[in-house]
Parts: sequence; structure tokens; C-alpha cells
Amino acid sequence: MLVGTSIKAQNLNDLLAEESTDGPQPVEALFKATRVINGHSVRQLKKGELDYRISHRFGRVNSGAYEFFGLDQSNVHFSLEYGLLDRLMVGIGRGTYEKTIDAFVRYNIANQQRGKGAFPLTISYLSTIEAIGLKWSDPSRTNYFSSRFSFMQQLLIARKFSKMTIQLMPTFVHRNLVPTEMDQNDLLAIGVAGRYKLANRLALTGEYYYVVRPIPQRTTQKMYNPLSFGFDIETGGHVFQIMLTNSQGMREGGFIGKTTGSWMKGDIHLGFNISRVFTLNSKKK
Amino acid sequence: MKNKIVWLTLCLASFLTATAQNRYFTKTGHIGFYSHTSIEDINAINDQVTSFFDIATGEMVFSVLGRSFQFAKPLMQEHFNENYMESEKFPKASFEGKIADLKTCDFTNSGKYPVKVAGKLTIHGVTKDIEAAGNLTIDKDKITGESVFPINPEDYGIRIPSVVRQNIAESMKVTVQMNYQLYTAKK
Repeated sequence: MLVGTSIKAQNLNDLLAEESTDGPQPVEALFKATRVINGHSVRQLKKGELDYRISHRFGRVNSGAYEFFGLDQSNVHFSLEYGLLDRLMVGIGRGTYEKTIDAFVRYNIANQQRGKGAFPLTISYLSTIEAIGLKWSDPSRTNYFSSRFSFMQQLLIARKFSKMTIQLMPTFVHRNLVPTEMDQNDLLAIGVAGRYKLANRLALTGEYYYVVRPIPQRTTQKMYNPLSFGFDIETGGHVFQIMLTNSQGMREGGFIGKTTGSWMKGDIHLGFNISRVFTLNSKKK
Repeated sequence: MKNKIVWLTLCLASFLTATAQNRYFTKTGHIGFYSHTSIEDINAINDQVTSFFDIATGEMVFSVLGRSFQFAKPLMQEHFNENYMESEKFPKASFEGKIADLKTCDFTNSGKYPVKVAGKLTIHGVTKDIEAAGNLTIDKDKITGESVFPINPEDYGIRIPSVVRQNIAESMKVTVQMNYQLYTAKK
């Protein structure tokens, strides 16, 4: 009798709540584009998604009226990126800055979840390779083809806190050839990036890399840490990113190792990235 | 004495069956929606709907996770949760209602019975009274509930910006299919 009444007492909504207790659910949209500004974000292309990206960085705003405050000059980088698997994406690109060709592979190791027993972070591993295509500055000496290459290994660790996402990027850059003995072949850097969602389709972004330079820099060309701020504007399949940055390069070898602009001196570049995602191979349902 | 015990046991047993056998449930219920415009068709399916149905009272409850809807394009799925449903703020949609004309259904006889369901539908934190027609198909201890009805996203405070207005229909076709099984309470 007692058992009977206890069943009777439970109403349908209690039963529903009891039965629909959910396991961990993935947290999505930590970032809206695969790049925060210059560097990568944990945003992954899913299997069958093709991302066509065009990026521009204008000249320095302090270059004066003659250069129309930098708008007369422009660096372009375009790339094609593709999701081979839900967790694996690859990309190739071309930039006018140092006439580079670049490629990358990125693997999504773990994803942030919510709910019971949730994993707290999204983690990806990124490996890039770049080749500088400029003519040799000194053709008379022995120039090796391998001297054109630089490599980067990076871990992307991110967490979303409701409207805000914070990402850390421990980074290792190796350059086969550097201009002088005072430039290091190996660079260690730690990056921090963030996104704050202002409205459903608008977000504020920021990105900074602290580059470890244990030896004094040469005085003729001082290098600075790259710092950038921007906005992400989303319209359907497009993400439009507009930013201010002190680096001209749009690939890791360029902006981590070779940022020559200083925010304090006004060496600031206006720029934008446009990303268009096409779903080539949609799930059959 | 012996007779009394038998009688008591029988009485208890019949009471238990009477209370326990009027509840049906599913955790793999199916709800889909379809939006048609001349530019694009959007189709989403959710196969993880939890629902309870009491055949004695006609009460029905549904719980649907916004994030469990599957779209053909991953980007659509993200926009659905991020920009329209705001699944962070409102993870669940729910329905609580009743079959109005329960008397026309004979749950002891297999067959198909047309029914009307009325109740409160909550989507995106907004609750509205709705009514929908459907069918109950009874096959021994299995009950299938089916219904198709329209929903206007704007009624539930879901704003569709003018940029994509041409891509998303004003009225969406919602399809519900629940394959209910007898619910036996856990201890």
C-alpha cells in the first residue's frame, strides 16, 4: 500500500526532472572564428567545413597624411582551411608580407563541457610551417633552401565563462635562419587572448604575446611584443573581424618573432579579416 | 485467516497495477522542425526528448534540450543555440498539457485515435497556451503519440534580424513523434 501511494504522489513533472538529468554537454562558440585576431583560437572547423579567409593589414597610422595614415599601404594574406575530421583541420595560405607560403595542422584534444562530470577546458594543438619567398638579400653567399623555413608549435587552452572566453597559448617558434647573431633561432612565447560577447553577433577581442628574449636585442631594429584589439561581427556564414595591431605579419613566424611596431610610438595598423565558411559535406539526415 | 491474506494480497496487487500502469514514458522521443523559404530549407531533428504521459488523466509533459537539435550544417546548429534559442540562458523547452478528449481513446483496444492536446509550451523562456491535433496509436502496451503543428518563433521572443529574414520562415512546421513505453518506477 505504501509503495503504491508513493508512486501516486509523484507528479509527472517530478518524474520528468528525474529522468531527464543530463550528462555533460559540450560548451560551444568559445570563439566565432578560427583566429582571435592574428593568432589561432580554439574554434575548430567541423568535418566538411571549408573556410576561405582574406586578411588585410594597412600601413602604420602614424605614417602621416602622405600615406593617408597607412591606408595607402596594404598587406594581404589569404588562406583556405578545411575540416578533415571534426577534430582535425588543415590550412594553406599565402601572404604578401615577406612573400610567404604557410601551412598548418591543428588537432582538437579536448572540449569544455557543462553539467555533471564536465571537462573544464577546450584544448587544441597547432603546428605551423612557413616559407619566406623573398629573393635572397645577399645572393653572393651560399643560400640554403632550408633557410627559408620557420616552424611553430603551440598549445591553445581556453575556457568560456558565460560571455567571456579566455585563452592561453604557450608557444615555441623555431627559425632556421635569422638576420643577425643577436636574433634568436628559437623563441619561447606565452600568449593570452580573450573574447567578450557584447551582443548576439558582436564581440570584443584582444590578443597579446609575451616573447621571452633572454639576450639583449640589437639596437638597429628593436622587436616588440604583439598586442591587438578588435571586434568580431558575425553575419550568417561570414565573420568580419576589424582590428588595431602593432604587427604587420599575419602568421605566427611574422607577428611573434618580427613585430617591429610600438603602440607607444603610434606604429599601429588598422586591419580586417573576413572569413566565409562553406559546408561542403553536410551530414545526411 | 488464509482467505483474508489472499484477499489482501490481491487487493494490494491490483492497487499497485492500477497506479503503476497508467504512466508511459520515453527518453528518445522525436521532435523536429522545418522551415521553408525560397532561399533555403532548414531541417532540425532532436531524438532525445523526454516525455511522460498519464493515460488515466490524459496529462502529458515534455522536456527538450535546445542543444540536442541536430542540423545538417554545424554552423546552423551553432547559430540556432547562440543567436536564436540562447541555449546558455534557456537550455530547455518544455510542454505541459492534457488530452482534452481522452474518453474517445480506449487504451485496452489497439487502434488509432485522433486527439486534441492543449497546454502550455515554453520556448526561449516565453510560455504560451497552444492547442494541437494529433493521433494516439495504441498497440498492446505501446503507445505512439504523433502531432504536427506550426510555431512562430517571434511569438516566443526570438528575434530574427533582417539580414537573414529571407532565409528563415515566419512559421515553422513542428513534428512530434513519441514512442511511449510503460513506466516502471525506480526504487
